[in-house]
Amino acid sequence: MAYTEEELKKELETKEYEYGFYTDIESDTFPVGLNEEIVRAISKKKNEPEWMTEWRLEAYRAWTAMIEPEWANVKYKKPDFQAISYYSAPKSKPQYDSLDEVDPEMLDTFNKLGISIDEQKKLANVAVDVVMDSVSVATTFKKTLAEKGIIFCSISEAIQEHPELVKKYLGTVVPQKDNFYAALNSAVFSDGSFCYIPKGVRCPMELSTYFRINQAGTGQFERTLVIAEEGSYVSYLEGCTAPMRDENQLHAAVVELIALDDAEIKYSTVQNWFPGDKNGKGGVFNFVTKRGLCEKNAKISWTQVETGSAITWKYPSCVLKGDNSIGEFYSIAVTNNHQQADTGTKMIHLGKNTKSTIISKGVSAGKSQNSYRGLVQVNSRAENARNFSQCDSLLMGNLCGAHTFPYIETKNKTAQIEHEATTSKIGEDQIFYCNQRGIDTEKAIALIVNGFSKDVLSKLPMEFAVEAQKLLEISLEGSVG
Amino acid sequence: MELKDKLISSFMAFENRVDIDHPVHDIRTEAIKVFEEKGFPSKKDELWKYTSLNTLLKNNYSVFPKDEPGLEFKDVKKYFIHDIDSYKIVFIDGIYSSHLSQTSHEGLDACLMSSALNKPKYRTVIEKYFNKIAKKDDSLTSLNTAFSREGAFIHIPKGKVVEKPIQIIHFATGNEASLMLQPRSLVIVEENAQVQIIERHQSTTENAVFTNSVTEIFVHERAIADYYKIQNDKQSASLIDNTYIAQEKNSHASVHTFSIGGKLTRNNLQFLHKGEYINSTLKGITIIEGKQHVDHSTLVHHSEPNCESHQDYKGIYADKSTGVFNGRIIVEKEAQKTNGFQQSNNILIDDKATINAKPQLEIFADDVKCSHGCTIGQLDDEALFYLQTRGIPEKEARALLMYAFANNVLESVKIPEVKIRINKLIAMKLGVNIGFDL
Repeated sequence: MAYTEEELKKELETKEYEYGFYTDIESDTFPVGLNEEIVRAISKKKNEPEWMTEWRLEAYRAWTAMIEPEWANVKYKKPDFQAISYYSAPKSKPQYDSLDEVDPEMLDTFNKLGISIDEQKKLANVAVDVVMDSVSVATTFKKTLAEKGIIFCSISEAIQEHPELVKKYLGTVVPQKDNFYAALNSAVFSDGSFCYIPKGVRCPMELSTYFRINQAGTGQFERTLVIAEEGSYVSYLEGCTAPMRDENQLHAAVVELIALDDAEIKYSTVQNWFPGDKNGKGGVFNFVTKRGLCEKNAKISWTQVETGSAITWKYPSCVLKGDNSIGEFYSIAVTNNHQQADTGTKMIHLGKNTKSTIISKGVSAGKSQNSYRGLVQVNSRAENARNFSQCDSLLMGNLCGAHTFPYIETKNKTAQIEHEATTSKIGEDQIFYCNQRGIDTEKAIALIVNGFSKDVLSKLPMEFAVEAQKLLEISLEGSVG
Repeated sequence: MELKDKLISSFMAFENRVDIDHPVHDIRTEAIKVFEEKGFPSKKDELWKYTSLNTLLKNNYSVFPKDEPGLEFKDVKKYFIHDIDSYKIVFIDGIYSSHLSQTSHEGLDACLMSSALNKPKYRTVIEKYFNKIAKKDDSLTSLNTAFSREGAFIHIPKGKVVEKPIQIIHFATGNEASLMLQPRSLVIVEENAQVQIIERHQSTTENAVFTNSVTEIFVHERAIADYYKIQNDKQSASLIDNTYIAQEKNSHASVHTFSIGGKLTRNNLQFLHKGEYINSTLKGITIIEGKQHVDHSTLVHHSEPNCESHQDYKGIYADKSTGVFNGRIIVEKEAQKTNGFQQSNNILIDDKATINAKPQLEIFADDVKCSHGCTIGQLDDEALFYLQTRGIPEKEARALLMYAFANNVLESVKIPEVKIRINKLIAMKLGVNIGFDL
């Protein structure tokens, strides 16, 4: 019997999260709730200097006066911020030099995810700084990087060892009081990555970090700071998969990128957190603030593949401060079942001759809602600013929604701005064509969606592109309209 | 006293002037409560993010003009499309002017809202249509509803093709130092009927005028309604125009908005679909300078299958002027095979000019073709140079290019006289002396 659309639909609906497992590692978890004591305790636990504790407290105080933003096109039950434990670290936390020393159970976890560190180390030439429930447990290729003067470590380590850099740049792009979730993150961030590329250095390999949320009921508050000194280049990968948990988990990360004169930062993300089951139960709340600052002739490029999370609230942005700076944003957001995504970017043109490109592809299936929300702002002194935006949406079935909310604000007559958006579905004729060439419906959809997303996928580094395609196939193929 | 408080307290005085036993009065009392609760919109409202009413609300507007002012036809002739025969419904400072008007009850009703509200024979029509599609939780619409008493009432019966256009003109004479007007109009186009309406707000002096107008238009099966809004008022006058259109099966409705004059103009334009195979057209040309501000806020709500909507707005902004385009298309999941098109093209002439655009799509159906485009740019230098090499002076060359830029919108204007008039207004605004009807 032929494989029908109905069967495909059913299969997709019942397809459970493949990476849903729970690693039983003894954890060191704080009591639930948040107050100044907890903030101090986190700071103390991490042995932070006085200025850092104060910085956190300042953020905490600002946070208490703020309210959660409600403008996004997502509906969810607000998390109770006093019912979350704000710190969780694997209890046995030795410093490893080699993988052999790592808890075998944890290694097994990575193997299940298909991100075997050994393999990546050997084949992909990727230095992986694995963050498992907030504490860095393995850092590879540190020596190679150190020779070039590149610092790539956990942010807690950076606070200890490079306080002058952290002090100088932390919070300069995303201030503590920037928004509700950024303030929360600033107060309680547990760990994250720190990367510093010295003047004129081209980072010889892709830097990569895998974040995972492991402990039930703990929010993950990552803080990433990437500094590219004058004339340097770095490509940074961030990938996420989280095990299946039944209650909603909160994730509020902050990423700050600083590209000084002539520097270039390429930041790629694959996000595949648990999206909730087919009834919309569970799933990760992903409220992320990502922003980059470009100085003269600098370039920041964001690439993201968003397939997971129950709620996504994420706007990787570029502040094009320096003249001739360039900002890019390439995104694929796929939502299925009851997922809701409100994602996009902000391009703030401040300098002269600044350029920005936005390519956003949204695919919605099941009962999901997928929104693009973007801002292109050209200030009055940004002569000859140029922007091109393209937002395409693909709908599968009539229970989902695709929305576009572009904001365009221009105060300079020399600006050239183009925005276009389209919404369509997978044509029956396209599927028919594939079918008659012997490609079954499921594969045909994967093929078509892959083609639809190609503009963005091609921007991903090789190693990631493969994984991203795999992810698309898992979460994507949906009910054919 | 704040304008809001003044309006609320003058509602009691207003009650002395209208029939409070009429069912419409219950609607009014409900509406004033909504306004009292909501007040004037501020920049904190997402829909008013780019338009502030603050400077407007400072004036001490008189709400009820004292005496009946007069205007001679020869003084105001230029504001009419006078070279064609038409029905005319004319108001001076909010009061109906019988000697400037030419109304009708033969074959169609083109008359006054006040008589429709007062005469018993219109009672059923009013009950069926009045305030049925105007947004009840919108503060400015509610304010208008609360004070609704006068405006145009147009009722085209089944199958009637109205042979000449209907002009609605609201004059403000400046007898008062500053005046607030709230005209309320109702247009009903029955099955298979056709009508063309031209609307204009015009002040004759430089005294401040603030108009908050609401128009409800019902277009029944297979009917065709074309509405032209000519906004070329003095730069002391501000206008908030709320237009709500409900369309039935197979109907066509179009609204063309030409925003050239006025200090602050806000056009809230909403289309609701109540049947299949509906065609909606929303077009606009905005050419402004100085400190003018024009805000187009449109919504097309597709709730039925097989419908089409076209939005095309062109804007040219000089000096310190500000343009806002906030277009919205909603496609409900039932509205399969929808064809929704939205475009906003803008040219900034000077460094201090600003444009804020927000073209939005909210789509819940999968088998649709929806697109929106938005561009912001300048005139093409090479095209300008080409024209100059052909002996056309720079100013005229610029005007020609701008005219070509806006021409898409003009092309769909069905009344030739209106087209010529708009051409002239554009030429005047651009300060050139060339005939555009080439």
